[in-house]
Amino acid sequence: MDDLIRQHILPSLKNDALDELGDSARLNVASNSLCFTTDSYVVKPLFFNGGDIGKLAVCGTVNDLAVAGSKPVALALSLIIEDGFEIELLDKILANIGETARQSNVDIVTGDTKTVESGAADRIFINTAGIGVRLAGVDLGFDKIAVGDKIMINGTIGDHGMTIISQREELKFQSQLKSDCASLTGLICELLENTSGIKFMRDPTRGGLAATLNEIARSTALSVEIRETDIPVRPAVQAAADMLGFDVLTIANEGKFVAVVSPESTDDCLKICRNHPLGKEAKIIGEVVETRDVPLVEIETRIGGKRIVQMPYGRELPRIC
Amino acid sequence: MLDRINKAQRDIDAACEILGRQINIMEVCGTHTVSIFRNGIRSILPSNLKLLSGPGCPVCVTGQGYIDAVLQLADRDDCLIATYGDMIRVPGKDGSLEIKQAKANIKIVLSSEDALQLAKDNPDKTVVFVAVGFETTAPATSVVVKEAAAGSVENFCILSGHKLVVPAMRALLSEKNHNINAFLCPGHVSAIIGYGAFAEIVEDFSRPCVVAGFEPVQIIEGLCEICRQLSAGKAELKSMYFAVVTEKGNIAAQQIIDECFEPVDGYWRGLGEIQKSTLKLKDKYAQFDAFRRFSISEEPSEEIKGCRCGEVLCGLIEPPECGLFGRDCTPQEPVGPCMVSSEGACAAWFKYGREKRRKL
Ligand code: SF4
Ligand code: SF4
Repeated sequence: MDDLIRQHILPSLKNDALDELGDSARLNVASNSLCFTTDSYVVKPLFFNGGDIGKLAVCGTVNDLAVAGSKPVALALSLIIEDGFEIELLDKILANIGETARQSNVDIVTGDTKTVESGAADRIFINTAGIGVRLAGVDLGFDKIAVGDKIMINGTIGDHGMTIISQREELKFQSQLKSDCASLTGLICELLENTSGIKFMRDPTRGGLAATLNEIARSTALSVEIRETDIPVRPAVQAAADMLGFDVLTIANEGKFVAVVSPESTDDCLKICRNHPLGKEAKIIGEVVETRDVPLVEIETRIGGKRIVQMPYGRELPRIC
Repeated sequence: MLDRINKAQRDIDAACEILGRQINIMEVCGTHTVSIFRNGIRSILPSNLKLLSGPGCPVCVTGQGYIDAVLQLADRDDCLIATYGDMIRVPGKDGSLEIKQAKANIKIVLSSEDALQLAKDNPDKTVVFVAVGFETTAPATSVVVKEAAAGSVENFCILSGHKLVVPAMRALLSEKNHNINAFLCPGHVSAIIGYGAFAEIVEDFSRPCVVAGFEPVQIIEGLCEICRQLSAGKAELKSMYFAVVTEKGNIAAQQIIDECFEPVDGYWRGLGEIQKSTLKLKDKYAQFDAFRRFSISEEPSEEIKGCRCGEVLCGLIEPPECGLFGRDCTPQEPVGPCMVSSEGACAAWFKYGREKRRKL
């Protein structure tokens, strides 16, 4: 085990706190206002176009910290490895973890590794936890959202989920799909530090845009209206979703955020996004409106019709025709 | 595209104004149903034009007795059940395939070929393919039956619940209190049987029959054509799905169905027994017929209590009129098949309808 840590883990993740190999990491954080989060990653396949489980494990956690209005400062990493898992693959995953952490400007300061007998885990599971320092003057929350606020997204939806699903289903055009898995800390911090109109942010991961917007409606008792024609979707993603009978609105993203923005600051926000590689296709896709009867998310369709967007439910089953 | 939609919409408005009375158009294809809801097509139609979701989903129309027969086979240790995903959650007398899935002898397949492969991979079990669907899936079932016969795959058989669309349309129009003014005919089915197959509906019942594709613009133009006919007091047969549907259809596909199957009387949910509406394997393929192999039959079985799927399928009520809709019956915990299938009318209402319980 010690060998595994010294020869494989430390070299990829290198930083002072970790190198001490103490029982706990000591951190110097110049703030008493922190965010703290954790998530576990069990994705299948482990490697996919645009990323792997390691990159995902870092991005997922730093993105959760960023959308809460904080700058990530430290991560914990736990690996649960099935006996017999190939060491070369582990190295590859660790290298991606190290690389993504560096890009996100965050150190992995503590961790744990367990090997379990074969069959007790599916190759490798990863858990990450993270601490972030809240950005001064930034206070995000559902309670800030008001009628008239705009809904912004930093790019195309459905890329991650459709990549995973089509790789699993071995679809022919899987090579045209690429996960959007990315660390959003840079872009989000830039936005929060340079604008003042952002009221709320969330990363639309599981359940996709549909889940995030429904959470907004439920938690604010306001309604949300979006326009289908304004939502960026890559044609290959749309084609894969149509073929398998999925609604792209419900498909997971791993490099996207939804921001609720006051109308006055939409221009500034869009400008900052579009100057950043991860926000080139940023769009205002709708707005917050009064509730008529019950809080709802509604979409204006391509043909000018209207329908609601439900909180995603159930597992989608392959269709008969 | 928007120009075409706007034009069709204006024409629909004009025709419906001339008509003045309530007009009901039924679609008999699950993909149409989903596209109509997903694109919010109902919300842009005039108030006196109503769309009814008819018996267009293979899962929904399958009779309770058939489901019970599948469940009965699933209880046997010597069988593997190969089924399309949508079928596994349909509730039967005692449980659904999903509940029985714990037994691991139920496999979801994406095609009939997968089912045959399953038989080849598991020579010690009898694989029963749950063969449901309209004329669109019947050719693929025929192909594997022939393959199984040619390759002597003796541990393969099918439980045919294949249904034919035109007899069901006739049955609907033969009901005394039906309220159907016209049919929007299914695209894929028509590609197989040819739009000529609907001529008898137009002639015998003078109802417009218009075949349309699945894009919103195709559906709206199809509806527009129907309204135009109705306002002119006509009933005609027309295909608007030029690229895919011909008058005679896909002859090769029809032939292979004919070779393997013959139409017999069969049960439909909500519609009851319909003459020559269900496909049964011909005698020369009897050994691949699960009904005969296991000496079981599709008993006319009691419908699920409180579930009004039958009336929904006939266009007599809209799903929210069912007392269970949205409260006791949801996609997570479906009571009837129309809430199970992603193409079912109840599931579509639940997913896309504006208020879960009432209006659209
Ligand atoms: S036309 Fe195709 S999609 Fe529509 S009901 Fe028939 S088989 Fe299903
Ligand atoms: S809502 Fe449920 S119980 Fe009622 S008709 Fe539909 S499927 Fe049947």
